[in-house]
Amino acid sequence: MGMTITEKILAKSAGKNIVKPGESIWLNVDTLMTHDVCGPPTIGIWKREFGEKAKIWDKDRVVIFPDHYIFTANKHANRNVEILREFAKEQSLDNYYDVGTDRYKGVCHIALAEEGYNLPGTVLFGTDSHTCTSGAFGMFSTGVGNTDAAFILGTGKIWEKVPESMKFTFNGAMPEYLTAKDLILQILGDITTDGATYRAMEFDGEAVFSLGMNERMTLTNMAIEAGGMSGIIQADEVTEAYVKERTDKSYEIFKSDADAVYQSKYEYDVSKLEPLVAKPHSPDNRGTVRSVEGTKLTKCYIGSCTGGKITDFMFAAKLLFGQETKVPTFIVPASTEVAAQFEVETFNGVTLKEIFTNAGCEIAQSSCAACLGGPDDTFGRSVDHDIVISTTNRNFPGRMGSKKSEVYLASPLTVAASALTGVITDPRDYL
Amino acid sequence: MNNKITGKAFVLGNNIDTDQIIPAEHLVYSMTDSEESKLYGKYALSSVPIQESGLPGGGIKFVDVGKHLSEYSIIIGGANFGCGSSREHAPFAMQVAGVKAIVAESYARIFYRNSVDGGFVIPLDSTMKINDKIKTGDEIEIDLDQNKITNLTTGTSYQLNPIGDVLPIIEAGGLFEYARKTNMISQ
Repeated sequence: MGMTITEKILAKSAGKNIVKPGESIWLNVDTLMTHDVCGPPTIGIWKREFGEKAKIWDKDRVVIFPDHYIFTANKHANRNVEILREFAKEQSLDNYYDVGTDRYKGVCHIALAEEGYNLPGTVLFGTDSHTCTSGAFGMFSTGVGNTDAAFILGTGKIWEKVPESMKFTFNGAMPEYLTAKDLILQILGDITTDGATYRAMEFDGEAVFSLGMNERMTLTNMAIEAGGMSGIIQADEVTEAYVKERTDKSYEIFKSDADAVYQSKYEYDVSKLEPLVAKPHSPDNRGTVRSVEGTKLTKCYIGSCTGGKITDFMFAAKLLFGQETKVPTFIVPASTEVAAQFEVETFNGVTLKEIFTNAGCEIAQSSCAACLGGPDDTFGRSVDHDIVISTTNRNFPGRMGSKKSEVYLASPLTVAASALTGVITDPRDYL
Repeated sequence: MNNKITGKAFVLGNNIDTDQIIPAEHLVYSMTDSEESKLYGKYALSSVPIQESGLPGGGIKFVDVGKHLSEYSIIIGGANFGCGSSREHAPFAMQVAGVKAIVAESYARIFYRNSVDGGFVIPLDSTMKINDKIKTGDEIEIDLDQNKITNLTTGTSYQLNPIGDVLPIIEAGGLFEYARKTNMISQ
């Protein structure tokens, strides 16, 4: 009986030839990532358990990106960044990307890719549920809490239950009005927010492999919104080209066997799919954009690990070019690299920065910003009864700030089209 | 491990996500400072929409204003309890508020792991939907040996699924305690 790509990677990490879904195994972790929200409590637990003077298991395998609450006056939030800074100093940690320096990156999941930590065939754990994003590189990646992360910090090991795999195949050529966001919203509507709990979501098909790494990361990023332990896309020449440009570290490409066993399989023809939204207050509350068009908005938001990559802004620029937004529109590049690209990447010869500025958008510095609400002074945070359309990943009650606000999740094309009219708008009307 | 847990029930619906359990704006407080960490109890379950807070009627605050301890120590949930983010602050906030156990139909993976590995609260799964059978305020007894939850107010019992693989970690009191007991890490 064959194995899936996930089973093969986990078997290698556990030092076994074969692993089976449901089996509990101990993994050797290749990379541990943390940030300013969960890093300080992780460090606290690690010190409690291993002692104030302890050294971490492998300083080259621990990566820290402050990214959540960065540009705020909140003293507790700033204290958390200070704890990370002290820890990095004390452990002589090279892989620390401090705020206020040239090394500052922004949102951890995108920074992991850009800085060459995403390596096919490896196992990455992170103290953030969207750690599944890295699975776009043909690797196993998943989120854990502080205790598990502290355990890894001290031992390099963690237990995990081998997941069953689900396969999602997208056939056909991507139409210009669709993005990876629409594909994952389609799946979420079909399987709901616990449809993949404790499972690996494997994405396949010519439409998936026609996407660049940024768009692939949108798919794997939202695996957790279906409860998925991980999302994964087999590495191909597109993956290899991206990785080689950023690191000379070695990697290994794994493929699912033809006779691998899946818990379930779903197939889609992308030419038949439509632009979608997730209506308030759940990522699986799917509707077509057409079914909610005309809904009045108070804010538009383009940013986050899900929807703040350069490709997301290229999609938005296509619609915002030469136009003016009708409602406040917030632009948050996921990383400093994406922010720098705003001044280089162009549409019709005009830079993204000029397009967004001329359209009346507000552009922030890179961070997680209002994707998860955050302190009161967070850029773009929802207030009162705001009705927001956003490229982010969650629209739970209160997620973007105000408990009274309503959030629609959509693709960058749909958000940009809606910014032009002030009501939810199908991007096909503007393309 | 104490094999019987008793307390008052606080009943919730399906898909209680971690943003509802502890909103992100509160994740900045220290989890090690015993005074400051009481704030996690104060804000536990504070973003559950009020009409769904304390079923069946709703409208019940889990923690009274100005307090960090709740009068309810057993949470009764539906499906997919704890979905969303990886924040360990979620089961921690419940522990600070005085919660001892959760009984739900199913859990999101990271919340379940965090509850068990951090030794914060015991997550148990019911074999059937029970959040429509128990009312907020009912007196509850959980018998871990018998895998049974009893509503002492009505006298009705319901079966729980056995804890399974993670029982040794729960019995030890968390992942580190388990690892020391089994000599995975030094004493």
